[in-house]
Amino acid sequence: MKARVLIRPKEGILDPQGQAVERALPALGFEGVESVHVGRLVELEVADPSRLGEMCEQLLANPLIEDYEVELDDGAAR
Amino acid sequence: MRFGVVRFPGSCDETDALLACRRFGEAEIVWHRERDLHGLDAVVLPGGFSYGDYLRVGAIARFSPIMRAIVEFARVGGPVLGICNGFQVLCEARLLPGALLPNTGLRFLCRQVDVRVANADTSFTRACGRGERLSLPVKHGAGRFYAPDEVLDAMEANGQIALRYADGHNPNGSARDAAGVTNEAGNVLGLMPHPEHATDPLTGSTDGGRLFASAVEQIAEGTAVAA
Repeated sequence: MKARVLIRPKEGILDPQGQAVERALPALGFEGVESVHVGRLVELEVADPSRLGEMCEQLLANPLIEDYEVELDDGAAR
Repeated sequence: MRFGVVRFPGSCDETDALLACRRFGEAEIVWHRERDLHGLDAVVLPGGFSYGDYLRVGAIARFSPIMRAIVEFARVGGPVLGICNGFQVLCEARLLPGALLPNTGLRFLCRQVDVRVANADTSFTRACGRGERLSLPVKHGAGRFYAPDEVLDAMEANGQIALRYADGHNPNGSARDAAGVTNEAGNVLGLMPHPEHATDPLTGSTDGGRLFASAVEQIAEGTAVAA
């Protein structure tokens, strides 16, 4: 089954990448943008989607600094 | 006294680390596919870009075969020093608390900084004086030490923030000016500055040698267990 793991910096942790993007957008004329955060997307095909949580905890994300969200190909977020 | 310096794919400071160790004892390179430390007295995880920094800095190297032996070595009190990328690997391996995030300024930094010895009672700082200033180079893009406040409080209470950037020298936004941190027992030290690049007068400072001398002192006293 196809799955997507969305990983983003935990709320409250300084995200200088997001800040840099947020500051760059107005320079191109895109006003009214705030709360920009830059994360990662991991796409994978898994035989047993029930193990995705463990994969995230142990490797795909670092739970100390990152939040993650798993989407299976039915589009529902878990 | 035998140091082992682990070489991961993408390590780049292992030769300087090896030469630094050899000023204080014998030293050899340990390929990351090894499974045994073969009686080494101390282990150094060097700087570099193990596995190309894929996924997160230090995240993949943690699964190298040698890491299992290093975790066990650390558990029984063996001295383990992680420098820069080695520090990142030790955090990912959970041998040290916290994580290293991109520098606040987002730039790769390469400069000399001063750090203060906040705890002179660890395996790698015992040859230093408490409060002593060491001049060491930093060169990294992801060196901002982070841990939740309650973890930082516990670490401070336990003396685990062994090295702090001197006032005005915190280059990367590290929490509590932490430049180097230890595990609870004090035998595992990770730091972003590079002591191995500061052992020859030619490069301006020999202060980094104090960390290697500390491990030698500890082994000579027989207070650490060999692998």
